[in-house]
Amino acid sequence: MTKTIKHHLTDDLLMGYSAGTLPEAFNLVVATHISMCDECRARLASFDAVGGELVAKSETVEMAENSLTAVMEKIKASAGISEDRPKCVRAPNAVFPTPLQEYVAGDLDSVKWRRVGGGVSQAILKTSSDATVRLLRIPAGTAVPDHGHRGTELTLVLQGAFVDETDRFGAGDIEVAGEELHHTPVAEAGMDCICLSATDAPLRFNGLLPRIAQRFVRI
Amino acid sequence: MLTTTVPTATPDGSELAKLTAMQGSNGFGVKAKGVTTDETSKRLAWVVQISAVRDNKDTDAFAELFAYFGPRVKSFLMKSGASPDLAEECTQDVMVTIWNKAHMFDPAKASVSTWIFTIARNRRIDLLRKQRRVEPEDLPWGPEAEPNPDDVMSLQQETEILGKAIAALPEKQRVLIEKAYYGELTHSEIAAETGLPLGTIKSRIRLALDRLRHAIG
Repeated sequence: MTKTIKHHLTDDLLMGYSAGTLPEAFNLVVATHISMCDECRARLASFDAVGGELVAKSETVEMAENSLTAVMEKIKASAGISEDRPKCVRAPNAVFPTPLQEYVAGDLDSVKWRRVGGGVSQAILKTSSDATVRLLRIPAGTAVPDHGHRGTELTLVLQGAFVDETDRFGAGDIEVAGEELHHTPVAEAGMDCICLSATDAPLRFNGLLPRIAQRFVRI
Repeated sequence: MLTTTVPTATPDGSELAKLTAMQGSNGFGVKAKGVTTDETSKRLAWVVQISAVRDNKDTDAFAELFAYFGPRVKSFLMKSGASPDLAEECTQDVMVTIWNKAHMFDPAKASVSTWIFTIARNRRIDLLRKQRRVEPEDLPWGPEAEPNPDDVMSLQQETEILGKAIAALPEKQRVLIEKAYYGELTHSEIAAETGLPLGTIKSRIRLALDRLRHAIG
């Protein structure tokens, strides 16, 4: 599964995720990609090691008096209460990795799609407001209107594939688009393309009609 | 390339050998062979301490971890914007989690400092940012009961090499990385070229993932 992935996360996103400073919407896309990609899982572990070294070599601040005693009390109080979360492993036939399933409350068949025109449907997922994330369903052979970006747009393919001016993106591939990219993603023939897409600023559409539609559908 | 050859040192006299003997624990099967430096033996001692907490609920080993990491985690959290009181509370929670989740620590994939960092980072997101934390899917296998001692040793050594490489970065670059981890930079302000030698650690973890995925077929 993970061998076919060609487009990976960037170092700045992995470091931001490791540091815990990304907007929630970006964290969801990063965690979903890592669930599908051992290469980026290993890269993330190396960024976590950087964080570990910063802590290990950090200056010291004195702990409160009796801090260790307080900790031992808390440990006693927590006895019998497991901190382990249930193991999150995807069913073999599931399309969505578990972090995404938690936001959708189910798999692909649980998504509440809303049509946004041109045959494209979306479902906005609820996250903190510093960025937005949505699922997109692009019918096979259909184009998403030509658009640019003010901030960063992450697009992770979950099923099917799309092609734009830069390359082909199949399941597990992630496109990280900055301000310089204007693109028209087209879903490949054969299968609807399902993507998870996050932005930290509204998209800029080039045509008038998509711009009007944008006001109503929050794309 | 940052690789080391590991001369075999005498196990006698190393901190790890003493600790291992003292606690009667095999410390994830780590033997003192190949201990090269004080730094590496300190790291292996932490691994042994975590395993003593896991296997024997060893409060002395825990107190040692607390003495080293408590003040450093607290300092890290304060640099990340926590008040002294919040940082203290948060650090205490981190120490409780270390005790309760010692069985989840996998020394073939992370050093103790890396593991403690991720616990502190998660606690910081929960407390300071108050946003939902999103974690990747779990691997289909748990931490191995008995990871290969050579893998454990190599990973601790590579983490040490990484630590030295961070210390040796030009001042400006190191400050940028620190700022990124203290939460002072957005992802777009994080330089794409970090100058960090992460390839060796990444490859080792990647190989471990491949091996385990093949093993479960």
